[in-house]
Amino acid sequence: MKREQNVIEEPSQKSMKKQPLNSRRNFLKIGGLAVVGTSLILSCSEDDEMRRPPQEEVFDLGAGDLGVLNYAYALEQLEAAFYQHVMDGSYWMNAGAEEKLILEDLYNHEIIHREFFKAAITGAVNGDSSQVLPDLEFDFSSVDFTSRASVLQTAKLLEDTGVAAYNGAGQLIETPDYLVIAGKIVSVEARHASAIRSIFDEELTSFAGDDLIDGNGLDLAMAPSDILAAVGDTGFIKTEFTANQLPTS
Amino acid sequence: MNLLHFIEEFTTDNLLKKTSSRREVFSTFGNLGKKAAVAAIPFGLASTKAKAAFVQDGNAAVNALQLALTLEYLEAEFYLKALDSGVLMGSSRAEAVYAQISKHESAHVDFLIEGLGDDAIDSPEFDFTAGGNFDPFNENGTGQEVAYAQLLALAQAFEDTGVRAYKGQAGNLMGTPFLTPALQIHSVEARHAAEIRRLRADVLNANTDQHALGWITLNQRGPGMPEVAQGVYDGEENLTQGGVNLEDATSFSAEAVSQAYDEPMDGETATAIASLFIVS
Repeated sequence: MKREQNVIEEPSQKSMKKQPLNSRRNFLKIGGLAVVGTSLILSCSEDDEMRRPPQEEVFDLGAGDLGVLNYAYALEQLEAAFYQHVMDGSYWMNAGAEEKLILEDLYNHEIIHREFFKAAITGAVNGDSSQVLPDLEFDFSSVDFTSRASVLQTAKLLEDTGVAAYNGAGQLIETPDYLVIAGKIVSVEARHASAIRSIFDEELTSFAGDDLIDGNGLDLAMAPSDILAAVGDTGFIKTEFTANQLPTS
Repeated sequence: MNLLHFIEEFTTDNLLKKTSSRREVFSTFGNLGKKAAVAAIPFGLASTKAKAAFVQDGNAAVNALQLALTLEYLEAEFYLKALDSGVLMGSSRAEAVYAQISKHESAHVDFLIEGLGDDAIDSPEFDFTAGGNFDPFNENGTGQEVAYAQLLALAQAFEDTGVRAYKGQAGNLMGTPFLTPALQIHSVEARHAAEIRRLRADVLNANTDQHALGWITLNQRGPGMPEVAQGVYDGEENLTQGGVNLEDATSFSAEAVSQAYDEPMDGETATAIASLFIVS
């Protein structure tokens, strides 16, 4: 399992903290390309992945449970990459103790989720890496990682989206064990969403706010097509992939 | 199970003793919890036979929804009584949080009754003192402070149980139109659970306690939770997902790995926990 360790051992706190803050900010101002270059170096640990020419062909998530797992893996990659940036930003470094702890835990949890999907999918396809979603490239240049509001607003969006995505994907899963694992993850995403809303929003009921929860007391559930469209609108994911074979019911 | 002696021992002395800090109130509750564990039954070990609120009829999906309805009845009545009890301070964060949760739990009851149709069960009769062990609504002279501590602790236990119980029933709802709504309820319960945990931390002035941020670390109950509630958390320490031990596979700690996944609870355990508060 050396591979996972390599990925995990180079999170942003270690490799990126050394970088002076202002140079990081300059990076952000230069534009998406520089940021992508930075995160690519930081997130890719395997030589073969480094060598793979970007976008040589567009990856399709696949059909059936494999497709659903790759879909979840994409969302976890997104969340993990976001929190990596958060932990490198001056907002987090100067945040109060409680917020700092919460965001650090969210970073931990999302990377653990990401690495789980990588291992689980790789195992499920007997190591055929052509069926495993590659490491995606991200562009968070629209997020100001020096700003509490910008970071927490984005965290709230991503966590709420994660909850809605898992809730909507549950009925697409065929293997009971996968459904249970999705259930184990979604409630943690919901706890994250609740905590972020609790520290960020002034409304005392926002943790399960009326903006989300309907008259039957139900949280959001969204189909993959709607989630992917919404995620696409954020512009966060640079690597193109398709979802042509995902189950729809 | 004779609780009389236990209750007599506690009613006049320890519970009514004036306490000077929130933390002491919670530790009073903690002591009560330890005593109660001896005198009564810890969460999760109660007999399910006498008090099971629903009858197994062989239909896994119906059984799953009936268990869900039982738990929702319990939560809905608990929050309504909490809001009526006067234990929560008016216009406080706690009151706003309880009111919001109450709205959801009552909606869940209505939703499940409608969904179950003829298979809907009536509400059991609840006793939130669990046979005199608790006094969350301050009906028996416990005093506002201890009652408030118990009100918060019971809410956390109920919410965390709800999250685990719904997760445990998901497999029984596969292929039915109820899976998605059940998942939608499940994540709302998780939002509630995190907020109640954080509210308790706020009251305890333990906002930076690792076990009070909103998620469950290993099988730890969190600050100030009575030992009787341990049954709600047993099994949460699991580190292996899909056959992969994630503590070994990543370089993250067992604490972080366990936090990243909530664990399911089987119907029998959930029923046993609910049964502690069911009279008939």
